[in-house]
Amino acid sequence: MSFLEIRHLSVTFGGLRAIEDLTFSVREGELLSLIGPNGAGKTTAFNAITGYLAFSSGEVVFQGKNLKGLKTNQVAALGLVRTFQKTSLFGGRTALQNVLIGLHMRARQTPLAIMLGLPYVGREERGLEIEAAKILAFVGLERRKAETAHALPYGEQRLLEVAIALAAKPKLLMLDEPVSGMNPSETASFMAKLAEIRALGVTVLLVEHDMKMVMGVSDRVVCLSQGRIIAEGSPAQIQRHPEVIKAYLGEKYARAHG
Amino acid sequence: MKAAGVIAGLFFAASVPLWLDNPYLLHVLIVTGIFIIAAMSLNLLLGYAGQLSLGHVAFFGIGAYASALASLGFSVHLLPDTVLKVEASPVWLSMLAGTVAAGMCGWFIGRVAFKVRGAYFVIVSISFAEVARLVALNWVELTQGPMALNNIPPLAISSFTFYKKPENYWLVLAVGVVCFILIQRLVNSKAGRAMVALAENEALATSIGVDVTRTLALATVVSAAMAGAAGALYAHYVRIVDPDVFLFIYTVTMVIMVVTGGKGTLAGPVVGGILFGLLPEALRAAAIKPEAQWIAYGVLMVLVVYFLPRGIVPALRRG
Amino acid sequence: MDQFLQHCLNAVMLGGTYALLGIGLTLIFGIMKVVNFTHGELYAFGAYMMYMLVMRTGMDFFAALVLAIVLGVILGALLELVLLRKLRGADIDTTMLVMIGAWIALQNTEQLAWTGVAVSINNPFPAAPLVIGPVSVAWNRVFVFFTAIVLIFATYALINHTKLGRAMRATFQDSDTAALMGVRIGNVNTATFAIGSGLAAAAGALLGPVFVAYPSMGDLAAEKAFAIVILGGLGSIPGATIGGFILAFVEELGAGYISSGYRDAMGFLLIIVILLFRPTGLFARKERIG
Repeated sequence: MSFLEIRHLSVTFGGLRAIEDLTFSVREGELLSLIGPNGAGKTTAFNAITGYLAFSSGEVVFQGKNLKGLKTNQVAALGLVRTFQKTSLFGGRTALQNVLIGLHMRARQTPLAIMLGLPYVGREERGLEIEAAKILAFVGLERRKAETAHALPYGEQRLLEVAIALAAKPKLLMLDEPVSGMNPSETASFMAKLAEIRALGVTVLLVEHDMKMVMGVSDRVVCLSQGRIIAEGSPAQIQRHPEVIKAYLGEKYARAHG
Repeated sequence: MKAAGVIAGLFFAASVPLWLDNPYLLHVLIVTGIFIIAAMSLNLLLGYAGQLSLGHVAFFGIGAYASALASLGFSVHLLPDTVLKVEASPVWLSMLAGTVAAGMCGWFIGRVAFKVRGAYFVIVSISFAEVARLVALNWVELTQGPMALNNIPPLAISSFTFYKKPENYWLVLAVGVVCFILIQRLVNSKAGRAMVALAENEALATSIGVDVTRTLALATVVSAAMAGAAGALYAHYVRIVDPDVFLFIYTVTMVIMVVTGGKGTLAGPVVGGILFGLLPEALRAAAIKPEAQWIAYGVLMVLVVYFLPRGIVPALRRG
Repeated sequence: MDQFLQHCLNAVMLGGTYALLGIGLTLIFGIMKVVNFTHGELYAFGAYMMYMLVMRTGMDFFAALVLAIVLGVILGALLELVLLRKLRGADIDTTMLVMIGAWIALQNTEQLAWTGVAVSINNPFPAAPLVIGPVSVAWNRVFVFFTAIVLIFATYALINHTKLGRAMRATFQDSDTAALMGVRIGNVNTATFAIGSGLAAAAGALLGPVFVAYPSMGDLAAEKAFAIVILGGLGSIPGATIGGFILAFVEELGAGYISSGYRDAMGFLLIIVILLFRPTGLFARKERIG
């Protein structure tokens, strides 16, 4: 049984077929990358899988559970956590508070216990703060924990996003263009960080444009174009695949170099 | 240190009835205290959970009426030949009933909140309060309509009855402190963080497991119940309740208190409450007409929004 | 049966002005995304302007009507320029609070200026009603109805057949794109608020002489306007028009057959019911939440 299975997924909105008959799977422990030119449907696939978008037909099964109709927070509770293409943070809160919010599912306090001020609530809070600091340290942001999120430089904001997602203890982490806008050195350290995340046992589904990164970290690659899968295989296979080249660079280039 | 300052402030506040000779001023302080409790409850919903609830006075009024009716006893015709008769209950139980009734209405409004947001929710909440007012006005058999419910009994604990102002002042102060602590605990916990997360970035919040329905329901129930408790306190203090308790202008007063004090802060509604509880008195002493007073409030609100958009408390903290 | 017909006729006569109120608000609410708490005050303003012009300065009724509407448009433009311009891009709480502040200031200014006593405004129509078979209707109401219809058509023409109207529709669809295409959003906003306010003032100027004018009349008008906008869907003029008539019918029949005390509650109840079951209104084309 595959970890995450997408079968014949189709998404239509406003008369537009955004994704057509998508079928692929993610194996436990691997890092699978979704690539494709802009508008290929990668983020739409993310949204459909995690419940942000309703899909018109097909199936999404995670660890044997059918995800159809689940609310986005229910999908997260199953262990599927995604990040967003556009920088998405709790801007007015500090970095530490951002990660604390990310720890939401790990806290067991009930509203009644909170209001009664039961001792275990305080203990749990202290534990959560320590955990949040650890996660911030893991992504290299421990010096920033008291800074307001929207005041952080861009690269650190993207790291904070990953920290928040990690706090939610994902089994499958879905990253949507995590290094877009980062400079080469930031990208390189992110690639190293990804390896550390995988070492923790997290499976990763990655959407990315940066080909160096994709080729460097992926076990397998799936290429989308205009809502359909046009190629699937190892990074090396994908790099040489004529359909992929055509999709990215156009017909002429493919014919010239094919 | 901050904690010492708060304790000193509380002691000072508690001492007021012992030296304040002016019963009218004491009355003003009691009513201000009741409004501060209502403002704190609104702050939870408006300031933390980001829900633009402008019908908050409905919960206050429902708490007041429910508590008053429970303590007086009533009988109504539900159908032409079926009568519901409820015997009078002790006041402390009635106040509890008022709080619970308001909380249940909060749950109902909370459910509506997930279907409509933003501006639509504003309108629904205002409409709810207006319907409550019109029901109170027209269901004369139950509420006496514009003739008001009067002779509402004051709170009694064993043989002590809360007739006079000083004991009511202390009661309101005690309830106020309890409510403040409840909100403080909620806000600094998983539940409070979930509310804030939803208000700030809902898509991100749900991606890490925040349940919109449950979070908003909790915020509205607690907020409504607290406002209902304030209403119950009001009913058994002034001992007369009429449909005017549902007027939109009271919601506006609470909103002004929260927003100018600083929404999303714990001290905000307290500061705003003291300011706008006492300001009318200061203006009245200066013989300014009530209409002019309200014009001043309106202008003040606009100015605060322009120059101190986060309210007084955050501005003080920065500067 | 005659009773029923009479109620229906009353509703039709009233529906026109309700539609005006609703159209004005749906324009502002839909294009500017502002919860306009001052809408009711513009309605009261229109009525009070009629009072001042007709009763205090002796102006001709019809001229006063035109002037009252024009003054409403000007007041609306002023409000937008002074209060809302700087807040473009601010979150909805902020604009809402500014609108509430303005509403309080406006209503109490009206209260100060004209005190709380209700005033009536003379109209030049014959006092004896027009009788059509089993039903009758006052002449001034007939005039109100037809004027309202004319104004509705005028607004419709403005929105659909003028350059300004095109700009307004573009802003409603997608203000960012409209701005990129050269639409001056600031001017569109001012025009929208002015027109919407003018329609509210028109409704007040028309109904003031039919009923009476008193300072808090705006509150009820605002509530009905919101009910109509929700019924008809945000930004939909046909929706607001039909919504205005629906509200008038529900009120008339509700007051006639259930209880007159709850007449004004009808609008609120409608709002709650609609928002519970069809949040986007009966006619809205776009599915937008929040």
